[in-house]
Amino acid sequence: MDETLRSEGEGLHTEDMTISMGPQHPSTHGVLRFVIKTDGEVMREAIPDVGYLHRSIEKIGEKVTWHGYVPYTDRADYLAAMFANQGFCMAAERLGGVEVTRRGEFCRVIACELNRIASHLIAVGTFAQDIGAVTPFIHALRERETVNDLMEEICGARLTYNYIRIGGVGYDITPQTCDRITQFLDHFEPIVDEFNRLLSYNKIFIERLAHVAPITKEDAFQYNIVGPNLRACGVKWDIRRDIPYSVYPELEFDIPVGTGEKGTLGDCYDRYIVRILEMQESCKIVRQCLKMLPKGPAIAKVARKFKPPAGEIYVRVEAPRGDMGFYVVSDGSEYPYRVRIRTGSFTAMSLIDKLSRGLMVADLIALIASLDVDAPEIDR
Amino acid sequence: MQQLLNQLIQEGYFHGAPMELVYAGFMLLAAFVVLSFFVAPLAGITSWLERRVWARIQSRVGPNRVGPQGILQWLADGIKNLLKEDIIPTAADRRLFALAPYVVFAGFFATFVVIPFGSQLIVADLNIGILYLLAITSLVVVGILMAGWSSNNKWSLLGGMRSAAQIVSYEIPAGLSLLTIVFAAGTMSMQGIITAQGWAPWNWFLFYNPFTFVAFFLYFTAALAEGNRTPFDIPEAESELVAGYVTEYSGMRFLFFFFAEWGNLYVIGAIATTLFLGGWQIPPVTDHPILAGVLQFIVFFLKAYLWVFVAMWVRGTLPRVRVDQLMSLCWKYMVPLAFICLLGTAAWMVIWPQGNRLASFFMFLIGLGILGLFLKRVSFQIRHARPVLYLKPYI
Amino acid sequence: MEAKGIYARLEQRFPGKVSGLKDAVADPLLMVDAQAIVEVGRFLRDEPELRFEILSDLTALDFPKEEKLQVVYHLYSYTFRHQVVLKVDLSREAACVSTMEGVWKVANWFEREVFDLFGVVFDGHSDLRRILLPEDWEGYPLRKDYVEQEEYDGISTERAPLVEKLLR
Repeated sequence: MDETLRSEGEGLHTEDMTISMGPQHPSTHGVLRFVIKTDGEVMREAIPDVGYLHRSIEKIGEKVTWHGYVPYTDRADYLAAMFANQGFCMAAERLGGVEVTRRGEFCRVIACELNRIASHLIAVGTFAQDIGAVTPFIHALRERETVNDLMEEICGARLTYNYIRIGGVGYDITPQTCDRITQFLDHFEPIVDEFNRLLSYNKIFIERLAHVAPITKEDAFQYNIVGPNLRACGVKWDIRRDIPYSVYPELEFDIPVGTGEKGTLGDCYDRYIVRILEMQESCKIVRQCLKMLPKGPAIAKVARKFKPPAGEIYVRVEAPRGDMGFYVVSDGSEYPYRVRIRTGSFTAMSLIDKLSRGLMVADLIALIASLDVDAPEIDR
Repeated sequence: MQQLLNQLIQEGYFHGAPMELVYAGFMLLAAFVVLSFFVAPLAGITSWLERRVWARIQSRVGPNRVGPQGILQWLADGIKNLLKEDIIPTAADRRLFALAPYVVFAGFFATFVVIPFGSQLIVADLNIGILYLLAITSLVVVGILMAGWSSNNKWSLLGGMRSAAQIVSYEIPAGLSLLTIVFAAGTMSMQGIITAQGWAPWNWFLFYNPFTFVAFFLYFTAALAEGNRTPFDIPEAESELVAGYVTEYSGMRFLFFFFAEWGNLYVIGAIATTLFLGGWQIPPVTDHPILAGVLQFIVFFLKAYLWVFVAMWVRGTLPRVRVDQLMSLCWKYMVPLAFICLLGTAAWMVIWPQGNRLASFFMFLIGLGILGLFLKRVSFQIRHARPVLYLKPYI
Repeated sequence: MEAKGIYARLEQRFPGKVSGLKDAVADPLLMVDAQAIVEVGRFLRDEPELRFEILSDLTALDFPKEEKLQVVYHLYSYTFRHQVVLKVDLSREAACVSTMEGVWKVANWFEREVFDLFGVVFDGHSDLRRILLPEDWEGYPLRKDYVEQEEYDGISTERAPLVEKLLR
């Protein structure tokens, strides 16, 4: 009798459903594609397929001059263009032995931290959107719009800034702009509380995120997860503090880490809340910088035909999506010999395959959003 | 309605025609009038209002170009969708694909038969009104499943399956909480239930006893889930399933799904009003039948629309639940609670067959208290909301 | 630990396999024999006094004049906050090196990228496919002597004149 039952069970043909999620899908943040194998709602695996936005930024680096490459770095991660500027310029300066002016350094930090706020606003906004809450997204974008206005004042562009140049910054920050930035910070700090009341402590939101796809410390090291995603795993590591650059050592700020307060350490909720807390820290940093802003020139004198001596350097910058590395090789000519951009999203993306097993389709969306991957940054 | 028709027949207007045809023709005419002069504008204006309410919640402007305050936006959208190409994917099951939107629409539209807008304003006061409601709304799930299957798209299929599971599950708590009221009223007729209540809030079934009070919220939550509204909009969750079962639809067929969804919002409110909130009951202020009818209609409409507004508000505020959480909410919490409400009401009726006036009034006060606390919370949120920051233009 | 110390330890553990320490530059680097790179990586990760937990970056450099490809590994230690750069020289014609996947899992994607753009084959890699470019793309774009294919799937790869002018 058992045998007849079994044969009947075997006769019932079942198979996993293979779905192609993307490249046109509302919540793949740019042009990404996942090949998902599901058993109903539960996923067997989700294999990321990247490369749709490859613009060969690294190859372009070998074709343009040192100064001329700065605008291209903007395009590596359009949500946080300032950090790519910063990374490349730092690499060029260290290779060429250029001293950045002190005012230039402060201008850089102000611009970077404002950019970090803007980038994190997009991250948490789209996160909420992917979880199904529509209002927080618009609220976040509304604030980001103000940041963009400030950026426009500072450097004349709203998205791809080309503000940080080799030796300093392109334009000085005026006192009026400083006032306006203070005005924005006064406005923005309470907004974070409002955002928390609206979204962060919402019961449904917590239920959706807590215990979902936790990243262990070991996985984080193995897959080289960086930035807020790493800090969400409870690792207190921030390039700004641990491999200090620019004027960050002089500034006081906390490094928020995930505590697993609502679920497991390193789950989606931790990754979310770390970003919320980082926005507050960025506000603090900008306030300090505005107070300490010294007088002097904003940019050092750098030769038009910038030719750093032969050599190579690997520079790390703490971008909103984590440790952004610039490996720049010079052969002493007017053009970089090789520029390599190592981004946080790329490594985060390689972890998705492992994390996604056994999750539900809706959880995959939360996972992608919580890692804050950004398609142009993956593909470069 | 029927009396009017009978009178016309007696006066010899339809001499010689078969009676059945006259009745059928008259019903079709009535349906057409109701559809084009009430249901379509209602669904349309609900869609406009939803977008405006959303926009206010999200500090945007919303549609404000077509007509005063954009109130005719729905007409523009409707005409646009009528003129659009109707695409049917080659791999789709053509017949089912074409039929599905109308099945969904029929399931929604047929509920208007038993909705009492006034003491005389009802198409047919069936003696099994509630049973009819529960039966006819099940047609929607058939349509959605048809749409999901026939699209031959995996996202659509997932959406259709989710929807079927969701609607079938949530019909149980919804049906049970409706049954609670049937117990209390002793009838299944919609008019009968309304006349069993009074105009004063403490005579409503909402405050009949603590169990009906809970049953109301159970019904409203379950109805939101049945209507695929946030936080239960997982069948068409746009961030997960692209658009769920409507992914492959375009033009007018697409519109029909949303027609049904927005119209359904009002139906949810109307049923809640009928069963729990005293329906069209007004204080005895006038004896004039037409004036009273108008007043009744206004009262009913506003009560029902209040819940439409609440549904919009909820949609603007809450994230979406996951599919397993949705199911566990239904089966682990709502179904047992609905059973408790049912049994509790039955026990209550054994103890106080005529109802307990004092308890009702007490429940009313508790309800007021809860409303007060809620409004306090809302006003706190409004007071602490930051306005949009306008930096002075830099020249 | 300073670069010199790391070098000394490696020298002692893998005699003859590591060479060419440069520690006067910003990022100290050393050359490793292609055969030994995986063992060196595992040693650097597991040795309690070194503990290079992460592979920050893995990329390659092309030197057509010297007829070689270099695979570059950037290692970093969170515990001791020191870093080291390992380099492996490969021939351009048959660029082949063992995969680092078993030591740091992130190497999987990094190596796919290097394979995609430089054509370095990683022995033992679990899933060596192109990652950024389409499967049927010809050539390895980041090599210095790369010539773009004239058309891809019937689409011309020629650019509008404005962009062409900017090209060197």
